[in-house]
Amino acid sequence: MIGQNLLIMLVALPFLAAGAASILPGNARNAEAWISGLTMLAMIGLLLALYPQVQDGHRVISRIGWVDRLGLGLSFRIDGFAWLFMMLVTGIGFLIVLYARYYMSPDDPASRFYACLLAFAGAMSGVLLSGNIIMLVVFWELTSLTSFLLIGYWYHRADARDGARMALVVTGGGGICLLLGMILLGQIVGSYNLDTVLRSGAMIRSHGLYPAVLGLFLMGALTKSAQFPFHFWLPNAMAAPTPVSGYLHSATMVKAGVFLLLRFEPALGGTDAWFTIVAGLGIITMVLGAVAALFQHDLKGLLAYSTISHLGLITALAGIGSPLAIVAAVFHIVNHAVFKASLFMTAGIIDHETGSRDMRKLSGLFRYMPVTGTLAILGSAAMAGLPLLNGFLSKELFFEVAHAPGNGSRLDAALPWLATLGGAFSIAYSLRFVLKVFFGPEPKGLPKTPHEPPTMMRMPVAVLVGICVVVGIIPAAALGEWLRTAAIAIIGPELPYYSLKIWHGITPALNMTLIALALGTALYLLNRSRIDFGPEGPPLMRRLSGQRVFDWIMANVALRAPRAALRLLTAPGLQMQLRVMVLLTIAAVWASLSRLEWNITFPRMELQESVFVLLWIVGAVCAIGAAWQANYHRFAALILMGGAGLITCATFVWLSAPDLAVTQLLVEIVTTVLLLLGLRWMPKRDPNIPRDVSFRARFRRRSDLVIALACGTGATLIALAVMLTPPGSSVGDWFLRHSYSEGGGTNVVNVILVDFRAFDTFGEVTVLAIVGLTVFALLRRFRPSPESAEKPAPQRGENPSTLYNYLYVPSIIMQWLFAPIIALSAYLFFRGHDLPGGGFAAGVTLAIGLLLQYLATDVRWIEARLTVLPVRWMAVGLAVASATGAGAWIVGYPFLSQHYRYLDIPVIGQVPASTAMLFDFGVYALVVGSVVLMLIAIAHQSLRLGTRKREAADTEELDKLEEETVPETATATTETARTEPQGGTA
Amino acid sequence: MELILALAIGVMVGSGVWLILRPRTFQVIIGLCLLAYGVNMFIFSMGRLYVGAAPIMPRGGFVDPTAYADPLPQALVLTAIVISFATTALFLVVMIAARGATGTDHVDGKERDQ
Repeated sequence: MIGQNLLIMLVALPFLAAGAASILPGNARNAEAWISGLTMLAMIGLLLALYPQVQDGHRVISRIGWVDRLGLGLSFRIDGFAWLFMMLVTGIGFLIVLYARYYMSPDDPASRFYACLLAFAGAMSGVLLSGNIIMLVVFWELTSLTSFLLIGYWYHRADARDGARMALVVTGGGGICLLLGMILLGQIVGSYNLDTVLRSGAMIRSHGLYPAVLGLFLMGALTKSAQFPFHFWLPNAMAAPTPVSGYLHSATMVKAGVFLLLRFEPALGGTDAWFTIVAGLGIITMVLGAVAALFQHDLKGLLAYSTISHLGLITALAGIGSPLAIVAAVFHIVNHAVFKASLFMTAGIIDHETGSRDMRKLSGLFRYMPVTGTLAILGSAAMAGLPLLNGFLSKELFFEVAHAPGNGSRLDAALPWLATLGGAFSIAYSLRFVLKVFFGPEPKGLPKTPHEPPTMMRMPVAVLVGICVVVGIIPAAALGEWLRTAAIAIIGPELPYYSLKIWHGITPALNMTLIALALGTALYLLNRSRIDFGPEGPPLMRRLSGQRVFDWIMANVALRAPRAALRLLTAPGLQMQLRVMVLLTIAAVWASLSRLEWNITFPRMELQESVFVLLWIVGAVCAIGAAWQANYHRFAALILMGGAGLITCATFVWLSAPDLAVTQLLVEIVTTVLLLLGLRWMPKRDPNIPRDVSFRARFRRRSDLVIALACGTGATLIALAVMLTPPGSSVGDWFLRHSYSEGGGTNVVNVILVDFRAFDTFGEVTVLAIVGLTVFALLRRFRPSPESAEKPAPQRGENPSTLYNYLYVPSIIMQWLFAPIIALSAYLFFRGHDLPGGGFAAGVTLAIGLLLQYLATDVRWIEARLTVLPVRWMAVGLAVASATGAGAWIVGYPFLSQHYRYLDIPVIGQVPASTAMLFDFGVYALVVGSVVLMLIAIAHQSLRLGTRKREAADTEELDKLEEETVPETATATTETARTEPQGGTA
Repeated sequence: MELILALAIGVMVGSGVWLILRPRTFQVIIGLCLLAYGVNMFIFSMGRLYVGAAPIMPRGGFVDPTAYADPLPQALVLTAIVISFATTALFLVVMIAARGATGTDHVDGKERDQ
């Protein structure tokens, strides 16, 4: 049980630390480094504690159930292989954190760097420890995302953005393939459990879908490991800060691909297709990467291609798939991670202390940095695979495996030759790195004078090189045990014979090494001047670049094709789009209506219904009038629309819906005022826009009329058909019966809103809050058009005293109304549960009360006396509503379960006291806040106008204006006020 | 009664649809409001029409559901009224902002080429 908990802590820890790191201030780089470093150390501690439980093929599995019926849950497992990998991730992670502390400039935002790095480490742990293959893909994609953020860390640089985008597209695209592959795999096996899948190798390989699974799976693994032909993203990702490159391209990101290959080798491997594709691409990548690395001038570019080459080597081993090959692959994963991390850090140190990474400029640095130079030489020797260093041992194993007879195909026969060739080139580029950078003449034209880095910055390199040497000299004692544990986890307890020794006698592998050594040295030394100062990139491959293909694909798939599709598929302009939408709706309704039963028997008309008829004659005239006048007579249309709204409201009263009537009436008022405020900013009629007299325009209007008539008729017919059908039983009946007994209120509509269906209301008020904030945000930067800046026509040419007394009596009345409206609002609120009213209506009422004050005086006057903080109202409302909902959890009920009782209060008598009322209060506060926020945001626009006007006016007019401003501010309506508010916008 | 309300719904929907197909933003906003009235009454009418039977319950005792108007469509419409108010406000602001930014009140942000 302890093991399980440790395992979960292992995955959770980096994410928690990432969260903590992200909230620290951006410049707290020491604190960030401490958090990150301690996290890595804690993870190493957890791993060491787990080690006894993963030895000898054992594993620890822990599951956190979620939806057990669907088999959904978090399941993690750790075995020897994952354990060894985790040691690399955390150990090198720790050294990288230490190194980054000195590498990163104080100007770089530290919190983003360390938070992303930790999140990446967490995602990587997730990939390594997932016990479910879908979850594995989720973490896999998470590594792509976090590495995107890390590679694009210096996002002000174009190459960083491009490199990050390319890495994301390539590895993320591979991730999607991997997901499809995993789903197919799960379907074949019948389980998404990793252990089950790994045990079902025979079933998978004989299945008809095996080629598809293999293809999709390899797309995922090979893109991540930057294998040919997807290798091009990796050199571009070198735009990342060097610690990131060192981490991503030594121990983690790219190794995830080979991890996956090795992990699934028992399930998917062992076939000819596997061997041909994986080993073939691997060995090609190894050779091409090594060749390309030799011709790079950028230090990190050389290391990038070298990484590609070494990953090719590991991939080739995974492709060969014999037990010895697997052991060699695991061994080389460790070795490569160690020496490559040290070399990346060295490259970073050189860059940091000389200001350049260009090998054409660097030379003779050994004199300036002897310690770093020695470490770099040892690291490069390990990279080249020279004896007494760790790289030598795993490379020997690789040569041995490559030389061993396999399935007898041509590829198998070519393997030793290609391996030797790749080995030769890797010796050549390592030699170039050492000779060019550290020896030779004095460097010229460097931005800085080279010197040794701080000791602590060099420390991680020293540690890693130390490991290279120790493993290289006493391999069995240093790493034998862990390697055995890891290998058993993949290939089972029957390990092949291998011995970790430096001297095996004269073997074919040793001969291959000697040939490679001679060839590589000759290759470089004979062509030295051509390579050192020649053009970048290997001779034959310069023109064939994967990056160009990628750019071409991106330009076509992501830009041209969507644009063409947009041109083909969309209608021009909003009108046409809406027309299409309306027509489609008509068609859909028509299609479903033809199956309706039409049993219409008209009931007889009662006498009092004639009033209803009259009512709706007015309503119809209003609606049609509004439609008729909306273009040229906006104000008239607005009033007519209000009329239609009032008739609707009367209809609700007539038809037993008092709550709706109240709400409709209040909303009607607010909407009308809002639109009135908005009218101010609409343009005047432009005589240059011709009336639609052309045939096309007329045709369009006619056809729109037909569409509108069709919609109207259709709506009438459907409504009539439904209304004349006798009602069946409705859920409404249940609400009616249980409203009082279970909800404690007699107003069923309100009880439904705040109790039975409170979650809907919760969502609805949240929407209202979002709209309020959006309105506020949209209007914050708004600048009105200049023609709206003039004074409204009625106010022009009037003398100031007329303006002073403008709407004098109404404004006094409106001010007096404030208190009664607040009382009305409270009344509506408290009666809501039992009688028509409720939080929403009460909130709108209070908002109207505040609004009247704004209209009665002006913004400055009112805000000097009354500070409304709408955003706080909203926050309080949302908090109260959520807290009431969450309160139900405390007593073990679902979210938003309400409790009620009646309290006896002396004098007043029985009052309902229900948690629903608290919830309703939340609704109330939120409605007040967002409605006021919207109204204020729109009303404040005219203040902007004032500033603009003042800017435009010349000095003389300015003085005049300011004299006027003093008496005028007290009189002008909202529309003409011109000072910046104090409250309101919070 | 039913016929009148159905016709009323039809008139509202028809006027609303006509307006949302027009080229000026203000027309569209008025159209949306009218359409909202129509749709709200349509949803409301799905509970059938009752006169003098508001869903206010007695305190305790037997409740005969057929004697009251259906509360569910009413609750739904109440929500719908709020949401249509919110969309109207949002659209109004977009309208104002678009007018400021583009200098025209055409729905596409530019006058149609005639």
